[in-house]
Amino acid sequence: MYAQGLIGADGRTDETPEFLAAFKARIDAEEKIEPKDAMPEGYRRTLIRQIGQHAHSEIVGMLPEGNWITRAPSLKRKAALLAKVQDEGGHGLYLYAAAETLGVSREEMTEELLDGRAKYSSIFNYPTLTWADIGTIGWLVDGAAIMNQIPLCRCSFGPYARAMIRVCKEESFHQRQGYEIMLTLCRGTQAQKDMAQDALNRWWWPSLMMFGPHDADSTHSDQSMAWKIKRFSNDELRQKFIDATVPQAEFLGLTVPDPECKWNEAKGGYDHGPIDWDEFWRVVKGGGVMNRERIAARKKAWDDGAWVREAALVHAEKRKARKAAMAAE
Amino acid sequence: MYRALLELADDHLVLGHRVSEWCGHAPMLEEDLALPNMALDCIGTARALYARAGELEGAGRDEDALAYFRGEREYLNCLLVEQPNGDFAQTMLRQLGFAAFMEPFWRAAAQSSDDAVRGVAGKAVKEMAYNIRHAGEWVVRLGDGTDESTGRMRAASDALAPYWDELFLSSPATQEAEAAGILPERAGLRANWEQVMRDVFAQALLDWPEATWSQGGGREGRHGEGLGHLLAEMQSVARAHPGATW
Amino acid sequence: MINETPLWEVFIRQRNGLSHRHVGSLHAADEALALSAARDVYTRRGEGGSIWVVPSSAITASDPDHTDEFFDPAEDKIYRHPTFYDIPDDVGHM
Repeated sequence: MYAQGLIGADGRTDETPEFLAAFKARIDAEEKIEPKDAMPEGYRRTLIRQIGQHAHSEIVGMLPEGNWITRAPSLKRKAALLAKVQDEGGHGLYLYAAAETLGVSREEMTEELLDGRAKYSSIFNYPTLTWADIGTIGWLVDGAAIMNQIPLCRCSFGPYARAMIRVCKEESFHQRQGYEIMLTLCRGTQAQKDMAQDALNRWWWPSLMMFGPHDADSTHSDQSMAWKIKRFSNDELRQKFIDATVPQAEFLGLTVPDPECKWNEAKGGYDHGPIDWDEFWRVVKGGGVMNRERIAARKKAWDDGAWVREAALVHAEKRKARKAAMAAE
Repeated sequence: MYRALLELADDHLVLGHRVSEWCGHAPMLEEDLALPNMALDCIGTARALYARAGELEGAGRDEDALAYFRGEREYLNCLLVEQPNGDFAQTMLRQLGFAAFMEPFWRAAAQSSDDAVRGVAGKAVKEMAYNIRHAGEWVVRLGDGTDESTGRMRAASDALAPYWDELFLSSPATQEAEAAGILPERAGLRANWEQVMRDVFAQALLDWPEATWSQGGGREGRHGEGLGHLLAEMQSVARAHPGATW
Repeated sequence: MINETPLWEVFIRQRNGLSHRHVGSLHAADEALALSAARDVYTRRGEGGSIWVVPSSAITASDPDHTDEFFDPAEDKIYRHPTFYDIPDDVGHM
């Protein structure tokens, strides 16, 4: 689960015009670029940054939902949520592996996440306060992620595209799982329904922000579009998302918390009110409710696990040495 | 028999819950995927056993009524499974010890006179075999790894030693189920279990701890303090909305 | 930390009769852990029948810079393909 809104990628590149033109021709011909192929430095850097951010988002994204595994209100929901959060870990793993084909290690990427150099999707800096948040995240956050990830399956970089195909296949249950939780709540007691509306109120705007700044303010979009790392603009995807989810909210009997959200016959889509970009940038830059806790939790897992990782490596060396000694006898 | 199945179901739910606490916090991403698989194995088995226990009780309680609306004195799990996760060494050793007991248990339960128990056994025996393999791999690596990991594995072994015995004790309810051919005799599984454990410990270059004392009481609902907190957390949402559907 | 946990490539055969296909990579300290991890990471939805894990460092790959000399020479050897040969339709399927 993740959406676009790549932050701070540097697409500058200083290869010769001939090289860049030849590369662009391959991209335009819809050829996939594979890890060992010649590629502009800016393309490589953008991908490392984007795939890394995407992977980090999956990993940090395990935390807000993981917060409810131990409190899931039925055993069926507990099992489904556990399997879903496990999937997010898997998706992070596939993505780290895709980035590793470009010559950066998982350890390096992890260190960048932990020391704040690398970003992750800002949505995960919001807290999950009730069980309805789990439904809403599955429905809206995974819904937004799917909108973004389906075009990424056609991304020009082979390993990223292949990872996304696997991710999309697995994620198809995530959004349905979330929406089913919402349906059950909305057909339940008044308290459950209130819980659902409250969760929608808190997650609606952050979900819209997941698509990133408006096209006019999105600095890195053009180059990424030209290189077919990205296939649709932020606003296009956001519009698609709103058009899909507003009727779903109505079906639930819930109201999106935007008085300006209205069907616009002329454009064939919904209008929406202004997005609070100050909040977006504040949360991106560390001013969300959970930023510090999220990174602290990841750092604790990484630091606490160091002795385990080291022991496994030392054991492997010992075994190799014993095998060699036995062979020498 | 209702009570005997409840003991077994509680073992699996409490352990599954404990293991699930790791999700998102494991030492490496690969283990963030492995641990939920172990937790899901346990929770899946618990669900099937609760369903059967509820049927036998005949009071209309389903898996969730049994899991979410019984208090800590009504939980009948053994003390081993409620032990806190501790570090990765303790979690892996607890999993190994439990799985090394359950795998031969389910193998024997394939002959159970109860259809539902046989059904659970067929699936669970394979899951527990894999749990033994994976947890065993880690016990070996941590036992024979660095000085730190060896020390931690020894500490885990000491911490859990008092709780192994309870696996082999049968409550009166369980003795009845054993006599009726519904469940295998727990005491009879000891030799097999000890063989597996000693074998893993030997590979891990660890001494098998001779138990100096053992702690029981779980089957009568006498637990440590940790279980109450585990249940308070697990049941909080369900209990705040009695009668609700999720 | 002494160094980084090695990278492995994972190949899975879904069922007998198919070949093993590359499905992705993972990190593990040794082959047994790599195999376990491959099971937990890549066969959660019944994709598995048989797994191979290979240290990524053990793979020798052809060099994209030599693609032309490696692969182009095969392209004009059209006599290796059945359609190169004219057989009258009357002969029937061959």
